[in-house]
Amino acid sequence: MSAASVREPFWVRLLLTLVALAFLAVALVAPLVAVFHQALKDGLALYFAAFQEPEAWAAIRLSLVAATVAVVLNTVFGLAAAWLLARFRFRGKGFLTTLLDIPFVVSPVVAGLIFVLLFGAQGWFGPWLDARDIRIVFALPGIILATTFVSLPFVAREILPTLQAQGTEEEEAARMLGASSWRTFWRITLPNIRWALFSGIVLCSARALGEFGAVSVVSGHIRGETNTLPLHVEILYNEYQFTAAFACASLLTLTALVTLLLKSLLEWRIRAAARRALEIPS
Amino acid sequence: MKRFALTALAATLSLGLFAGSPKKLLNVSYDPTRELYQDINQVFTRQHKARSGVDLAISQSHGGSGKQARSVLDGLQADVVTLALAYDIDALAEKGRLLPADWQKRLPYNSTPFTSTIVFLVRKGNPKGIKDWNDLIKPGVSVITPNPKTSGGARWNYLAAWGYALRANHGDPSKARAYVQELFRHVPVLDSGARGATTTFVERGLGDVLLAWENEAFLAEKELGKDKFQIVAPSVSILAEPPVAVVDRNVQRHGTAAEAKAYLDFLYTKEAQAIGAKHYYRPREASVAKAYAKSFPKLNLFTIDEVFGGWQKAQKTHFTDGGVFDQIYQPR
Repeated sequence: MSAASVREPFWVRLLLTLVALAFLAVALVAPLVAVFHQALKDGLALYFAAFQEPEAWAAIRLSLVAATVAVVLNTVFGLAAAWLLARFRFRGKGFLTTLLDIPFVVSPVVAGLIFVLLFGAQGWFGPWLDARDIRIVFALPGIILATTFVSLPFVAREILPTLQAQGTEEEEAARMLGASSWRTFWRITLPNIRWALFSGIVLCSARALGEFGAVSVVSGHIRGETNTLPLHVEILYNEYQFTAAFACASLLTLTALVTLLLKSLLEWRIRAAARRALEIPS
Repeated sequence: MKRFALTALAATLSLGLFAGSPKKLLNVSYDPTRELYQDINQVFTRQHKARSGVDLAISQSHGGSGKQARSVLDGLQADVVTLALAYDIDALAEKGRLLPADWQKRLPYNSTPFTSTIVFLVRKGNPKGIKDWNDLIKPGVSVITPNPKTSGGARWNYLAAWGYALRANHGDPSKARAYVQELFRHVPVLDSGARGATTTFVERGLGDVLLAWENEAFLAEKELGKDKFQIVAPSVSILAEPPVAVVDRNVQRHGTAAEAKAYLDFLYTKEAQAIGAKHYYRPREASVAKAYAKSFPKLNLFTIDEVFGGWQKAQKTHFTDGGVFDQIYQPR
């Protein structure tokens, strides 16, 4: 049977391609163009003026701090969790894997409310914290907690398949040659999963920087103090400062585009690494 | 020796943190007051610095009034609250014991330095010919108002409509209820705050008429062009009194009681009253009110105490879970 006979007719392929392209244009490209158009339509001077506001700076700084802490925590946790799930067999492993996905399926608003219920003045730990003058919600710790929660699964989810696919032969060989488990991890496991790890970190950072819902609930919206960049965009928009709002939005969009670029570069590296791994035995 | 050095270091650090650092106030406010308090804070901090030599930094937080009160209850460290209605501050006193129950007697005019009212904002030329409350329930008219459960402005809107209907029907509550029920059939979407409803109306282009704070309507008209929108003053509306209060429990902890009190007292000065009037809040102070009388449409205003017997009662009847609003509003 020739290849042509199992293919769809030409017009079907054309139609499907056009539908897909049209959908992409409307759902992805047009909003992207609109953001930059709105941000730049009154000239570069006004565009950059938006970033000179102290409140914008504070928002950018807070977003960076929260995202950095969240990414570091989630990288450590993600490595540990993926290692555990890929290398060991134990009761409740399936359950743990499912737990890992909770931040994906829980609405961010609910996530934020959970932290208010736990750490708010009326919450479970509220009176205890209040007596010791410790602030969690409506302050930096709450924002970091919420950001960490919503970006939690990315690192673990990205490296888990690579770890599983890699198998344990190389690690076993290293151990038999006398390497400690710590050394095995640094010299064998980590180099093998490094591209997947980077990819997880990139996705995790993007999610952490862009988070709105959960952070909005625990922020308290104090200007110049607890507003992250996405919250600042909403405030500017609601104050009729459209150019500034879209300028800050364009900054977030830019980080998203950089993320995509990094991600596709990394995927290319992961595929190349996988090909090399296949070639060596032959 | 080492321990001594550490103690000395800690002492210098804490001195540096507490003695030299400027005092901070957090004003937790409702949605449309952003621009007002930005201006007032600037003038007040300048005066405070000149008088006492101490720097004072005032931070602002804005959102739907009910939501903001909830945040303060949950631990948002407000030194002062400037909310849309007394009931929300009552909740802080009642549920959180953050200030005494008689807080509203502590400052002049029921602790409301400015008043406002509810007016209509329509599209230029008033294409649907909306002149009064009765026109809102004509077929084909779509009304934008936020959610009375979360927004203070929305509660004033609702009560203004109810008060109008009572007057128009010789005080018959069942007819008032029927009117408000019909009114909410004309509402396609409920935003959570007043500013959200305004952007829905002016930016997203939804609806024929926006029920809004007078100051919010004027601001939208100013910011987005008189060629696009115009204000319609109905025959009768409600006197909206958005109150202010020091949150005793928080200022005691922060050591900011004197500053917080001075800040709220400042709102009653001629200077602050004039700033308020420029932002379309109706001033209380007689001479300022007279100077700006022309800025505000003349309206027949009733108070919540006259028609509804105060906020506690209005809240209980209309806005608690299972109250009149829940009974008459079915989301579409």
